[in-house]
Amino acid sequence: MDDMMLLTFLATLVGAAWRLATPLIFASIGEVFSERAGVLNIGLEGTMLVGAFCGFAAASATGNIPLGLLAGVAGGMLFGLVFAFFTITIKADQIVVGAALNLLGMGLTAFLFRTYYVSTGKGIDIAQPVHIPWLSDLPFLGEAFFRQNLIVYSTILAAILATLVLYRTSFGLTLRAVGEHPKAVDVAGRSVPGYRYAAVLVGTGFAGLGGAFLTLGHSNQFVEGMTSGRGFIALAVVVFARWSPIGAFFVSLLFGLFYALQLMLQAQASIVVPYQVLQALPYIMTIITLVVFRGKGAAPSKLGQPYEMR
Amino acid sequence: MSTRPFLRIDNIRKRFGPIVASDGVSLEIEEGEIHSLLGENGAGKSVLMSMICGMVRPDEGDIVYKGQPVSFASPRDAIRQRIGMVHQHFMLVPNLTVAENYILGQGSALSVISDMDKVHRKIRALSERYALDVRPDAIVEDLSVGEQQRVEILKVLFHGIDLLILDEPTAVLTPQETDRLLCLMSDLVKDGKTVVFISHKLDEVMRVSNRISVMRDGRVVHTVKVGETNARELARMMVGRDVRMELPRNPEPPGPIVLSVENLACRAENGIPAVRGVSFDVRAGEIVGIAGVSGNGQTELSLALSGLLPVDTGRVVLNGKEITGLDPAAINARSFSHIPEDRHKHGIVLPLSLSENTILQRYDQKPFATGGMLNGRVIAEHTRDLIKRFRVKSRDENQPIAALSGGNQQKLVVARELARNPDFILVNQLTRGIDIGAMEFVMEEMLKQRDSGRAILLISTELEELFAICDRILVMFHGGILGELPPDRTRLDELGLLMAGNKEQPAPAG
Ligand SMILES: Nc1ncnc2c1ncn2[C@@H]1O[C@H](COP(=O)(O)OP(=O)(O)OP(=O)(O)O)[C@@H](O)[C@H]1O
Ligand SMILES: [Mg+2]
Repeated sequence: MDDMMLLTFLATLVGAAWRLATPLIFASIGEVFSERAGVLNIGLEGTMLVGAFCGFAAASATGNIPLGLLAGVAGGMLFGLVFAFFTITIKADQIVVGAALNLLGMGLTAFLFRTYYVSTGKGIDIAQPVHIPWLSDLPFLGEAFFRQNLIVYSTILAAILATLVLYRTSFGLTLRAVGEHPKAVDVAGRSVPGYRYAAVLVGTGFAGLGGAFLTLGHSNQFVEGMTSGRGFIALAVVVFARWSPIGAFFVSLLFGLFYALQLMLQAQASIVVPYQVLQALPYIMTIITLVVFRGKGAAPSKLGQPYEMR
Repeated sequence: MSTRPFLRIDNIRKRFGPIVASDGVSLEIEEGEIHSLLGENGAGKSVLMSMICGMVRPDEGDIVYKGQPVSFASPRDAIRQRIGMVHQHFMLVPNLTVAENYILGQGSALSVISDMDKVHRKIRALSERYALDVRPDAIVEDLSVGEQQRVEILKVLFHGIDLLILDEPTAVLTPQETDRLLCLMSDLVKDGKTVVFISHKLDEVMRVSNRISVMRDGRVVHTVKVGETNARELARMMVGRDVRMELPRNPEPPGPIVLSVENLACRAENGIPAVRGVSFDVRAGEIVGIAGVSGNGQTELSLALSGLLPVDTGRVVLNGKEITGLDPAAINARSFSHIPEDRHKHGIVLPLSLSENTILQRYDQKPFATGGMLNGRVIAEHTRDLIKRFRVKSRDENQPIAALSGGNQQKLVVARELARNPDFILVNQLTRGIDIGAMEFVMEEMLKQRDSGRAILLISTELEELFAICDRILVMFHGGILGELPPDRTRLDELGLLMAGNKEQPAPAG
């Protein structure tokens, strides 16, 4: 490859990485909220699928993308409500409920899709890249950073907003305390279950949004199991990011890079690695990340534990 | 001062299932006094105070505060009425700053935290006024236990209180920190506040209180003015019999060396050298004490001996075999018992039952297990036996140990470790949280162990405990052993000097 080609390759890579990272960014930022409050929601995968499906269904009925995104968020939160009820009110094991919801999410969306949509085979009009005068036309940089759709750009807003809420509001402060020392929150007169519900709903709302991006901003169709493990990767992102929203943003970008790299390398005829190996790249990186960053140093100390009032 | 009591507790009852924690308790607290609460472990002191501060709701009875009947749904309600409590286990969020802990739960949930400067200023002002030395921007988990306690007390003051309840605040403090706390209590009273103080240490209680109430079996049985009583009488009121402060001792000389420590050095968890080349022997049939102001390497020494902290240099030899650097399980298997300083961290598993806690180290051994199956009946019998012998106040052996009062948890740990019939027993803070009646019993048990030929190392910050049962006392300072003394109360000055790091002999008097 000569220099020009390499630059073009890199620009495309970065642009694609951000796009592919978008669902991860939303889901992992949401999960940061949930885990900071001590709730480990491994049902993200199922939640994202529900979001993807609801977004698709709403947009294909109305043709309105913002409405679709809203439906994705709502679907995710509805799913989160089920999770919260079982884990917080009933105090069932979070891992078991999360695993059950993953199965439910996959089964339910596949069933509904096959029943109502598969025969139509109709796609939807997805969100288009916005053209920013001058910036989008920059050589290389334009391709890398300024030819995305609004949903992709909004990830920056989400990361900043999440950070402000978590570190600059009374809500965020209490949320962080709930994951570390719930009894202290109880004594301070705030409801621990209330905050955990809120955290789970924020988390699943974001996961639903991440899922909806897949159908409304990425591919124009719903496909069964289309999240293909992103929900689980988001869980790894949270660990790597040390439970910080800004961290989740950048770590997700890194994973997006692996996705993009794998796609683009597949397209390069000169590379002879079997495509299955390339496809496995993001997942292998997940495992490596989890091994390297396994230290529990920053993890909320009550992660995964129900709270017993006395 | 008004004639009606400031706080009146009238015939309160509280049960936890079959356990009666408060059995019609009545108590009157007057405005501007320091009122101490004494009582055996499980007498119901903590539960009573939890009801006054809104943590626990009484089943029956009335609380009348400043002339008004009150009923608190949460501690926040109590704080609104200016009642605050510092709990036995702190209510501070470790990864937040001091100031963040103070504003936790204040204001509307949706409010933006803006005026942190004002909060910091208020904390600094209060801290100066009471000489508490609290920095508002310190992260709580970086602070020592004594500092955290001052943070807790200042938190209550920050919220503005008239009645302060302190539940065993001195159990975890060094003597210096205790002095400081007692002075603070007097200062608070001068400022018009009222203090309720729970402690098992009679000398402290005698020093600061105006009045003292003694609880037994969920009731207040006596209330006396401090000038009209003495420590001996208080002890009798608590336990219902005379408590011996001096224990008879068998003068038998010690046997062969059981544990030998040579030039041991290790670092604290934060990497700073904590134990710097310590050597000593413990023989069969002797109790060797280690005195010292806490934080001079005693914690790390006990963790390193029991395999919980890596050893840098040196050797630990038990019964002629080296055990340096073995993991805790391997050391456990070598006739080595450990009564740890922090029972919640290293001693027990809170959600597990008493039975499960008594076999923590031996669950896979006969007679508790055969062929990989637990023998429920044997375990239960063994646990019931320990509960009876050590008078652990509990419902039954299947109760989670978390439901026991602090002192009773400690008794079960001591019972478990002694029941293993070890050659060597490492003890760090034998009587932490234990009432004086039980203290006498536990110390007698230790002496019995000694007389039957066990080697015992007793690390303690309580000089009374060391004088009462040790055969010789080593003084630890700055990670090293500075000297050795016999347990002779007349040489207390010398001990104090050594503990302060002063190696020279004191000038002969006169
Ligand atoms: N949450 C609970 N569930 C069941 N029993 C409890 C609970 N809290 C306290 N108890 C029981 O109530 C009794 C009184 O306990 P409390 O903690 O008030 O004792 P205490 O006087 O503070 O003792 P200590 O000096 O050991 O701290 C004990 O028998 C204890 O086991
Ligand atoms: Mg207590």
